[in-house]
Amino acid sequence: MSTSLTTVAYLGAAILFILSLGGLSHPETSRRGNLYGIIGMTIAVLATVSGPQVTQQGYAWIIAAMVFGATIGLYAARTVKMTQMPELVALMHSLVGLAAALVGFATYIDPSASAAYQGAEKVIHDIEIYIGILIGLVTFSGSVIAFGKLSGKIGGKPLLLPARHWMNLAGLLTVIYFGARFIEADSVGIGMTPLIVMSVIALLFGIHMVMAIGGADMPVVVSMLNSYSGWAAAATGFMLSNDLLIVTGALVGSSGAILSYIMCRAMNRNFISVIAGGFGTGAPVAASGDAQPAGEVIPISAIETAELLRDAKNVIIVPGYGMAVAQAQHTVYEITKLLREKGVNVRFGIHPVAGRMPGHMNVLLAEAKVPYDIVLEMDELNEDFPDTEVAIVIGANDIVNPAAQEDPASPIAGMPVLEVWKAKTSIVMKRSMASGYAGVDNPLFYKENNRMLFGDAKKMLDEVLGALKA
Amino acid sequence: MPQIIGVPKETAAGEKRVATVPEVVEKLIKLGFAVRLQSGAGEGANCSDESYRAAGAEVVATAAELWSGSDIVLKVGVPTVEEVGLLREGGTLIGFIWPAQNPELMQQLAAKKATVLAIDSLPRTLSRAQKMDALTSQAGVAGYRAVIEAANAFGRFFNGQITAAGKVPPAKVFIAGAGVAGLAAVGTAASLGAIVRANDTRAEVADQVVSLGGEFVKVDYAEEGSGGGGYAKVMSEGFQNAQREMYARQAREVDIIITTALIPGKPAPRLITAEMVQSMKPGSVIVDMAGERGGNCELTEAGKAVVKHGVTIIGYTDLNSRLAKQSSTLYATNLFRLAEELCKTKDGVINVNMEDDAIRGLTVIKDGGITWPPPPVKQAAPRPAAAAAKPAEKKGHGHGGGGPIPAKALAILFGVGALAFWFIGAYAPAAFLGHFTVFVLACFIGYMVVWNVTPALHTPLMSVTNAISSIICIGALVQVAPPLQDVAGRPEGWILGLAVTGIALTAINMFGGFAVTRRMLEMFRK
Repeated sequence: MSTSLTTVAYLGAAILFILSLGGLSHPETSRRGNLYGIIGMTIAVLATVSGPQVTQQGYAWIIAAMVFGATIGLYAARTVKMTQMPELVALMHSLVGLAAALVGFATYIDPSASAAYQGAEKVIHDIEIYIGILIGLVTFSGSVIAFGKLSGKIGGKPLLLPARHWMNLAGLLTVIYFGARFIEADSVGIGMTPLIVMSVIALLFGIHMVMAIGGADMPVVVSMLNSYSGWAAAATGFMLSNDLLIVTGALVGSSGAILSYIMCRAMNRNFISVIAGGFGTGAPVAASGDAQPAGEVIPISAIETAELLRDAKNVIIVPGYGMAVAQAQHTVYEITKLLREKGVNVRFGIHPVAGRMPGHMNVLLAEAKVPYDIVLEMDELNEDFPDTEVAIVIGANDIVNPAAQEDPASPIAGMPVLEVWKAKTSIVMKRSMASGYAGVDNPLFYKENNRMLFGDAKKMLDEVLGALKA
Repeated sequence: MPQIIGVPKETAAGEKRVATVPEVVEKLIKLGFAVRLQSGAGEGANCSDESYRAAGAEVVATAAELWSGSDIVLKVGVPTVEEVGLLREGGTLIGFIWPAQNPELMQQLAAKKATVLAIDSLPRTLSRAQKMDALTSQAGVAGYRAVIEAANAFGRFFNGQITAAGKVPPAKVFIAGAGVAGLAAVGTAASLGAIVRANDTRAEVADQVVSLGGEFVKVDYAEEGSGGGGYAKVMSEGFQNAQREMYARQAREVDIIITTALIPGKPAPRLITAEMVQSMKPGSVIVDMAGERGGNCELTEAGKAVVKHGVTIIGYTDLNSRLAKQSSTLYATNLFRLAEELCKTKDGVINVNMEDDAIRGLTVIKDGGITWPPPPVKQAAPRPAAAAAKPAEKKGHGHGGGGPIPAKALAILFGVGALAFWFIGAYAPAAFLGHFTVFVLACFIGYMVVWNVTPALHTPLMSVTNAISSIICIGALVQVAPPLQDVAGRPEGWILGLAVTGIALTAINMFGGFAVTRRMLEMFRK
């Protein structure tokens, strides 16, 4: 295959990738979108392998590596539980980051790769390598930590080192200084030292950045790392003068950036402040005193819950991370199905940051076969709560906290929330009275029309289901 | 040893309510109490002795037996002298007492060393106390029934209709006093299809009237009528004149008047004079819910329905007993909530905790000592006002919520962008510029495409972009075995190792990412 043919194939692949993302605008077209992605990737890989840049000696290696990776990848994709999706995605981001860094190193030590460059071109090429490796490694170590946090191997609490902003700044300055040394270096041997110093700093920076972020901010982190993996690919594209890599990287990068922005907006938080770390630590328990929700909570039993549900006309279910933890989505669907057969209008209200990654709840409900047309976004049904008899909150806390609207001193003030307290009755399923990730007490629990159903979400929902069937 | 809750048959003439119902008996027993009932107590409310027995209560034949065997007596009506005589020494009594109006009763109860919780003395402004608020629950039932009584006596439809037999105008209903009973009446009359107007001296209830489908009629006179604790107070002379004019006007216009105006501890205010009744259309109806306390209408006869000047004036004082089952169920639930408060340990023994604001207010006699009136409940009054101010501010946050960026910020943005482009254009080599163009355009395409992605598919979006980002694979592929003549000093082994590892890693991603996306998308079914 000639160079021109390869280029045309790349162009086709790029178009298919764009179509792939476009297909996700609706569930009905999404499956085709994924298919476009697969075709695009196949074309790109085949065109490269059969193109002029790969000789026959490499085929054995390529096939071996591909088969090896495919086996692991397909196995993981088949066995992963839907509740573990955030972990899997984080882990995959780390692979992209590491691969980008490896390609960067390989390019640098390959004298034939830089032979063609002189003067300004050489400088730009070096900068591309340097930045490519930097982004790749930050993505790698950050994703590994995010994986650890999401899978519970590392505690969810933000780790806040003293003077952490200064540490980050010092790291940045060091990276810039060694970057200058790297560009000046005449030979690969001399350039290697600054490159390795930078790599260590990049790894530490990635770890530190994600360690400082609290569990509730995980959706932002996951989408941010998604964005980074894209920028890493784009940087690699510049490094190798490959337009397909640049286009794809830019697509992925901007997609992740938009997701991060959507998540931040859903929490009414500034992107910088999320990255700077530590949710709610800026104003620790500022809202004590008269803002302290007084009163007591009214518990309710599973049987009473079932009675309320049976008598209701409109029910809205608001799931949160607790539903994922308890693996309760299937029972939720059983209840939904039963109620819908009885003519109750059951809908789901999804907050953008419910769960640990964007769209987490939608995936879980889809897994349980909940039809997607009754799963609605916050903005689509927030006005319907006053006409709703029963709103059930399953394992969510901050996203239904009225303090966000009522108490300007609250750390989550201004965050858009689902207004479940406007329903005739709201029922909150919770294991205990502990506060949410934000560490903010929730006045909802003390509201006159709120009931608490204490216990493991799965167990309690099973009881509710039993009572409904009885 | 669990305490015994006794429920006697109500003795007042025409009283059909009962202080507990079988469904609540079960709940009381779950709290640890034993429940005893006088035979026939629930008859008026359609609750048979049998149904109480089935719920776990013991049924005894006589009042004497019941009162002497009970630790706690639940009643509806104010106890009579005989009943107080039957009460066990040191026993507990819960029910309506009206301590201000019944000082002798209080003395008698105190002499019995009793503990008395007057459900009418509940501090109603405590939000936590609302579940126990029997005045509210009973007033709501009475307000509903008042409309039903009015409809019964009224000779026409409530809702307007256009039928083959001609056009029927809707009934016009005026409701004086928009307390709980008044609001219930507004809601009931509106749901029957009538045109409903209501007035109250407290301006803050206007919204509530409107929310229930009524229209709020103002008195043209500036004075605030809220008397603390959520009750109304006596108004000034000037206001009363203005009010009288308004009532006179309404009387001429409407078909039905329902009056609910009461001021605590005072006779009911006279709102409807004889002349106003005279001015009403024949066949009109007045339901005077204040009949027991002298009536809001001059011509009301307490407990009776009379026709004067062609207008039916209903002064029933037993509206609750006319809906005995509903009243009893709600009242029983109120008392159950109180029992829960009194018995937090759920061991069937009550603890009258005088530190608790709600319990303190309710307790009018404690172990024979009169504790009425209670000290005023301290509550932050300005709270609702502060809360109301906040939602307006909220919009200000949520930056980037859709509105365009301010022009100044936009100008700065463009400025910085132009500078950056100029810098790149001035110094970067041509080859780089080509790639840079592609990069910037691709960013914009990504931006446009991704905004269209539905939020429900954000997780699949991430996994598919993740799979696509394994395009880095190409970078590794071209390094495995490039077509080169031997370049001096090329570390073949290293490069091959790095590239093959890179391919393997991206392959995991590529296959895994697409496969898991596919798996997820398969699940999204209508």
